[in-house]
Amino acid sequence: MIAQVADQPFVRWDWIVDHVDDIWAATWEHIVLTAIAVGVGFVISLALSMLALRHRRTYGPITWVTGILYTIPSLALFAFLVPITGLTTLTAEIGLVSYTLLILIRNIVAGIDGVPASVRESAVGMGYTRRRLFLEIELPLALPVIVAGIRIAAVTTIGLVTITALIGKGGLGFLILRGLNLFYSPVGTTQIVVGTVMSVLLAVAVDLSLVGAERAMTPWARSRHR
Amino acid sequence: MIELTEVTKRFRGTRAPAVDHLTLTITDGEVVVLVGPSGCGKTTTLKMINRLIEPTSGTISIDGVDVTGLEPHELRRGIGYVIQQIGLFPHRTVRENIATVPRLLGWEQARVERRVRELAEITDLGADMLDRYPSELSGGQRQRVGVARALAADPPILLMDEPFGAVDPIVRAKLQDELLELQRRLHKTIVLVTHDIDEAIRLGDRVAILSVGGHLEQYAPPEELLRAPANDFVADFLGSDRGIKRLSLIRIADIDLEPGPVVPPGTDVERARAVMAEYDTDWVAVVEGDRMLGWVTDDRLDGRSTIDGVDLEPFLTRLTPDDTLEEALDAAISSHTAIAAVFDDERFLGMITVERISREIVR
Amino acid sequence: MIDFLGDVVAWFLDPAHWLGSGGILGRTWEHVQISAFSTVAAALVALPPAIWMGHRRRGGIVAVAVVNIGRAIPSFAIIALALPISIRLGLGLGFWPTFLALFALALPPMFTNTYTGIAEVDPALVEAARGMGMTESQITTRVEIPVAAPVIVTAIRVSAVQVVATATLAALVAWGGLGRFIIDGFAIQDNVMVFAGGLLVAGLAIATELGFAAFERRFVPSTASRSTSEDLLADVTVAPQHG
Repeated sequence: MIAQVADQPFVRWDWIVDHVDDIWAATWEHIVLTAIAVGVGFVISLALSMLALRHRRTYGPITWVTGILYTIPSLALFAFLVPITGLTTLTAEIGLVSYTLLILIRNIVAGIDGVPASVRESAVGMGYTRRRLFLEIELPLALPVIVAGIRIAAVTTIGLVTITALIGKGGLGFLILRGLNLFYSPVGTTQIVVGTVMSVLLAVAVDLSLVGAERAMTPWARSRHR
Repeated sequence: MIELTEVTKRFRGTRAPAVDHLTLTITDGEVVVLVGPSGCGKTTTLKMINRLIEPTSGTISIDGVDVTGLEPHELRRGIGYVIQQIGLFPHRTVRENIATVPRLLGWEQARVERRVRELAEITDLGADMLDRYPSELSGGQRQRVGVARALAADPPILLMDEPFGAVDPIVRAKLQDELLELQRRLHKTIVLVTHDIDEAIRLGDRVAILSVGGHLEQYAPPEELLRAPANDFVADFLGSDRGIKRLSLIRIADIDLEPGPVVPPGTDVERARAVMAEYDTDWVAVVEGDRMLGWVTDDRLDGRSTIDGVDLEPFLTRLTPDDTLEEALDAAISSHTAIAAVFDDERFLGMITVERISREIVR
Repeated sequence: MIDFLGDVVAWFLDPAHWLGSGGILGRTWEHVQISAFSTVAAALVALPPAIWMGHRRRGGIVAVAVVNIGRAIPSFAIIALALPISIRLGLGLGFWPTFLALFALALPPMFTNTYTGIAEVDPALVEAARGMGMTESQITTRVEIPVAAPVIVTAIRVSAVQVVATATLAALVAWGGLGRFIIDGFAIQDNVMVFAGGLLVAGLAIATELGFAAFERRFVPSTASRSTSEDLLADVTVAPQHG
């Protein structure tokens, strides 16, 4: 069986044409899993970052814990969760969210820390309240660094979503896993390639849209410097 | 009126106070400059007025109201604040930057826009600047925007922390002039911090000299500081050239002028030469009433009996009563006989000599 | 839950789970072995061009693109692709597809972080070295590499940790490693084995991270601001964040 593999095509275009609907469904599931993970991750990260910014001492422990979460291989994390939450979307999302935290928290904190002290001082000196200072001055100015974090988190998550195929989800990862089980046949390799290519395209598309969104939101950062 | 009474500030973890029992009264409409070496607590003092720093003890009141009784952000919205790094908001246009405090105060849009345009004019910012971002401005322009922003809600008080410290000397001198010009029109109460004694003398109606630890060494108008420093610290801080510095604060109108080597028309040469000898010059000026006719050198008088009929030279350097003694000194030194003439338009007022100026220096 | 954890403890206490070809010790060795091979191979391939390009301070765009592409390709996809490719190359199942995948995975962060470390050595330092008459290769070996050493070690660490994590997936392409416990556990729905496998994998990954951190503290003089104990685990990504 294996001996014949070399003569066979790696990608079967007719399979792709016949399975456009499947591919689209997998892609959509991939997008949804990613969006939930990054969205929830961002909300949690923002809350933890605000805590860390207000109480500096918490920053060490926060990055330590999220650092461990980040270091634990995704499959191991799913292994811990499956006995508790089963082969569910919740399991997948808990894992995916935990990987976004370190990246997002570091960038949010670094972004806010990067706001020049003089800007902060003059804002407070003119009568900004703490809340308005954060929302109107610090957050917008930190936006480029925060968006950089969201980009890394999003692209990383898109990659990790594929692994959730092993716990019965996976989006495009499902195609890859199914292909892996049929690795000796062109139908298998085709699915691996489709899953990979679509996943990369998705990552690039999301990354570029985030760059575009950032540019649109930060008109002052365009280089019209003298 | 801003009154600091027995104000002390101790920062956590330091034994010596940054400001020590400071009492200071700042009169409405005056420019008060806090000056001193680093560590003298001048910036701390300034920041206690708008409560960016809270005093450890003592009271600060504005128009009789204790500032600690107000919400800090409410207080600050009523006080203009300019810092060395300016702190313009990089994500907002010049227009939006200037509109900051009016927006915080909830002014309606039309009023904000009117005010922004007014300030752009006052601070000499072109209307085309308004839609730019701070990164597109030069240092001097940014400083002007910073001042415009501080003035936006027309606060009676302006606090300025080393406002011109980050620009080069030429721009700094220009901005100082602009601030004085602005103050002539607006009559704000300005508290300005600097480490530059020349800036303090130039800008201050009153100057408070502080020494390390926030001790007030002397609080007086600049002229008085220079004329009568209260102690060695102040004298040292003013520098050994304080006499010369003082010249820039005294106007010619403030001192008595001498008639100088002048004679009326028809004076005989012998008499004219006696006048020259008295002033140790080789020239004499001819004055009719208060009209200056011109001057002539000694050698041109040979073989004449009176000075009538000689060609008189006009005075090219003409001082006015508004000029300072510094300018007078410059003019007098450049004339080789160390004397300069003072005019009020065409009216000749008298002469000023280097000797007379030097008497002011040593006083 | 308590029962479940009791079962996990019991699983670990069973000597039969430790020994033999499919035991914990054997699986750990497989895991470490393939990870080490791939990381070292990737370092040998990635570091020289990264150092050379960093020295010339050219190719920053390439460096950023490399890491971004590396990040965009899912590691699971790399493993999956490596299998049919390895077979077509006649290398078969098991070791080679795993090695190829992990090698490919380790390259981008190693390359980019090393490039950045070298390129960001203070130009004044390089100029001073040049001014004292060092040749270009002396500048690289005596100034840039020592100064950038902490960053380079970090680059290797980042890659190594990622490799150890991804080697878990090697079970899918018929190599062993600790991932076997998880993947086989999923297959036979043995949650105790899955959980135990998770602990082993997580433990090895964290041990790798801490081991490198300890090595850095002990042997790498901190020339730049790096690795204080506070962000021991936090400093996982040293990828350029813009671009």
